[in-house]
Amino acid sequence: MKNGSRLAALGGVVVAGALALSACGSDDNTTATASNAPTGNIDCATGMVNAAGSSAQKNAMDEWVKQYTAKCSGTQLNYNPNGSGAGIKAFTDGQVAFAGSDSALKPEEVTAAKQRCQGSNAVNLPMVVGPIAVVYNLEGVDGLQLSPETVAGIFTGKIKKWNDQAIAKENSGAKLPDTDIKPVYRSDESGTTENFTKYLKATAPDVWTAEPAKKWPSIGAGQGAAKSDGVSGQVKSTAGTISYVEMSYADNLKLQTAKIKNGAGEYVELSADSASKALAGAKQVGTGNDVALELDYATKTAGAYPIVLVTYEIACEKGLPAEQAKFVKSFLSYTSSADGQKVLTSVGYAPVPQEVLSKVQASVKALS
Amino acid sequence: MTTLTKPTDDLPPAARGSLGSVSAARKLKDRLVQILVYIAFALAVVPLVSVLWTVLTNGLGRLDATFLQFSMNGVGGRDEGGGAYHAILGTLEQVAITSVIAVPIAVLTAVYLVEYGGNGRLARAVSFFVDVMTGIPSIVAGLFVLALWLLTFGFTYSGFAGSLALTILMIPTVVRATEEMLKLVPNDLREASYALGVPRWRTVCFVVLPTALTGIITGVMLAVARVMGETAPLLLTIFFTKAINANPFEGPQAALPTFIWEQAGDPNQASIDRAWTGALVLILLIMLFNLGARLVARFFRPVSR
Amino acid sequence: MTTDTGVKSAAAVQSPVRGAAMSTGRAGDKIFVSAARGSGILVLAIMAAIAVFLIWRAIPALQKNEANFLTSEQWDPNGTPARFGIAQLAFGTVVSSLLALLMATPVAIGIALFISYYAPRSVAGPLGYLVDLLAAVPSIVYGLWGLLVLAPHMEGVSSFLNSALGWIPLFGGDNPGKNSIFTASVVLAIMILPIISSISREVFLQVPRAHVEAALALGATRWEMIRLAVLPYGRSGMIGASMLGLGRAMGETIAVAMVLTFVPGINWHILEDGGTTFAANIANSFAEATETGRGALIASGLVLFVITLIVNMAARAVVARRKEFV
Repeated sequence: MKNGSRLAALGGVVVAGALALSACGSDDNTTATASNAPTGNIDCATGMVNAAGSSAQKNAMDEWVKQYTAKCSGTQLNYNPNGSGAGIKAFTDGQVAFAGSDSALKPEEVTAAKQRCQGSNAVNLPMVVGPIAVVYNLEGVDGLQLSPETVAGIFTGKIKKWNDQAIAKENSGAKLPDTDIKPVYRSDESGTTENFTKYLKATAPDVWTAEPAKKWPSIGAGQGAAKSDGVSGQVKSTAGTISYVEMSYADNLKLQTAKIKNGAGEYVELSADSASKALAGAKQVGTGNDVALELDYATKTAGAYPIVLVTYEIACEKGLPAEQAKFVKSFLSYTSSADGQKVLTSVGYAPVPQEVLSKVQASVKALS
Repeated sequence: MTTLTKPTDDLPPAARGSLGSVSAARKLKDRLVQILVYIAFALAVVPLVSVLWTVLTNGLGRLDATFLQFSMNGVGGRDEGGGAYHAILGTLEQVAITSVIAVPIAVLTAVYLVEYGGNGRLARAVSFFVDVMTGIPSIVAGLFVLALWLLTFGFTYSGFAGSLALTILMIPTVVRATEEMLKLVPNDLREASYALGVPRWRTVCFVVLPTALTGIITGVMLAVARVMGETAPLLLTIFFTKAINANPFEGPQAALPTFIWEQAGDPNQASIDRAWTGALVLILLIMLFNLGARLVARFFRPVSR
Repeated sequence: MTTDTGVKSAAAVQSPVRGAAMSTGRAGDKIFVSAARGSGILVLAIMAAIAVFLIWRAIPALQKNEANFLTSEQWDPNGTPARFGIAQLAFGTVVSSLLALLMATPVAIGIALFISYYAPRSVAGPLGYLVDLLAAVPSIVYGLWGLLVLAPHMEGVSSFLNSALGWIPLFGGDNPGKNSIFTASVVLAIMILPIISSISREVFLQVPRAHVEAALALGATRWEMIRLAVLPYGRSGMIGASMLGLGRAMGETIAVAMVLTFVPGINWHILEDGGTTFAANIANSFAEATETGRGALIASGLVLFVITLIVNMAARAVVARRKEFV
């Protein structure tokens, strides 16, 4: 009896608390920054769509979703930044409407994607250019200049000291200390590693002999840290380290970034502008509406910063339920428009250059 | 003295010493142990306080009304503001569902193992599998629910799917803790109850379980605390959203651990601040539960032992 | 609460119908037993289903494996050909968890004793609460704390241990660092402390007052009372608590992944940077894994089960042996 009434009282408190809690929440955060707001019209869709994939484009996606939902009230897009591979898996399993990925679909993934799209093609649409910074921690030495061969030498452990001949030659006048270089790499598998190793393999094949992969290869030296925040944290806290990480992480922790020698022979500082130029020489390897790119890492374009990754949205050409298809088309039309691309520099990325972008726009138009 | 220095287990040495004083050696030993216990305590308190202090100093800054009342809907990584309301709501619902499913099953299982199972084949099989599953990596539980519930049965992402994954993680912990506590209930109590003609199930429900109640609640709270902090299985099952979803049975839902995970990995100070505050809120929530559970335990406890 | 409720319940008990129901209670017994057994069977079914599911997912990957699964230190299931082995993972997991357990158990039992027998009553309650609270800290917080607060201090500690105890191979090596297996095990020890001490404390509270008082009445000092009355009584519980702690340490993912950097290959010098564990490897590799990669990770998870199982069985054996003598 006694226990019963106490239990009832307790239950009452819990219910009251739950009611109070559910009454006061709000989804209405009106913080949209004016400069990023779209000037043109968006052909709004309705409803809710799930997407998943690359964490490298998370901040771009955040900003796009913010602008899109501000303009199209009542819509909702949930982007789960759990990694390119997981995103593609969720996409081919039919769990999400489109995936974000740091690399285009691989041949073995194409069949599964085709099945998911009810037999029609899945297309790769480059949407964001993510510059990869070579970051280091060396007191008193700012603006370190490195050629691809030197970078490859450092990350294979062939160059062991900061005052090595190879580095000194490229940085005359810099006070290089006689200390060990401690390379840091991503211990988890990531698109960043894949693109960085692609770059090394393309520009310094004699030194970097391993095939590009999401996993740091065994010829690579150093120690691994988990995720971009782990890597950047490790570089920030340990003197003598060097690593590679997306530009926004380097910016946020104010890490020292190296200038990289491009195919034209100039040492280029990392910026949204210089990274965007690197895509100029990119070749479209996808057929039809598929805009999968092959980058030219040895680009001779003046002022181009060569280490970039392109992150794609992977979507069905046809075959999605009508509601979802309409949403995906409407959203991707926005992100590939000038309005969509102009927000990128403010969140740490570079826009897709116009000649590639027009192909993407045409492909998005063909989605149904 | 030679016979006296060989104590047997059931006869304390003191029983055979001179009645008046305790020998210096024994006193010294007693002191020594006391000092060791104090040192152990101090040793543990330093890091633990440091952990709490880190969370407090980093988390208090954003612990404001906005954080508790708003979701992250329409808030980018670099933006200030935004809140974790959606995540708090999601976590509360998921953990409530998890507890409602897992605790009765686990406690009944432990009762079966201790009171009924004896050394039977079923009991041995159950405790075997419970032992195996105490070490289950959390992501595997998520994977199982993903493969079975979402892909095979075709349900969509929902808070409930997350609860199922958490249930898998919670059951073994609660079974194991409850089992230990039930084993400690003195047999005298059971026998006294039987002697009064009380049927077995009433003995278990009204004598054995209440006696072990505080211990069981501690075990349950430890399990709740563990599953409330799980990220990996949730990402596979509840998916991820920045908006409020009050319905745990349909559509993606947020949770505090996934909120913290997402915010902590973001390269912006505003996000990292939100992550710390999220952690602080999570700890506060678990603290509240703990307090509540202890109060409940006090209500239902047998008058005195 | 009041006298009338007391009277009422007494009357209810005295009523002949209730009395009769209570004395036999067959129906109630039957229902209760089947509920308990049903739960047991349900748990068994769930767990068996998971085990079967895991084995089913792991086998295709294992068939594609070109390296020796048990002895290879390489982990490259996504490559062609797939080559992966669990040697390094098992080493990191076992060493870090055992070290954590070695560090945490004595301290945790010390805390439990302190709270239940040494601290003044008024302090004991809040202290117990504080310790419970620490079990509530999510592991990602321990990871962040380990990385930001603990690791910088560990550099000095590691160097000291290296120079003082370097002649022990485990503490040897030339470059003691801050992201070592040792640091990871310290973080793990701190994480499992509250678990072990919370349960041990509950166990100690269950020690029959009569035993304690009997020991004290015979003139035992406090330590002798604990040694003779408390510890033997609580042995099974303490071992159970340690096992729960060990289970968490072995399955811990994020905190380890954040604190420990990765260097390929087994390194017996635990003060040097680098190492990995089953759970950390799963967390780090899962998102980008291919079909074979996922299977390989699940296979490694199965090995973790086997290790957990062996440890638990050993613990149960110890408890059972002891019981015969008490």
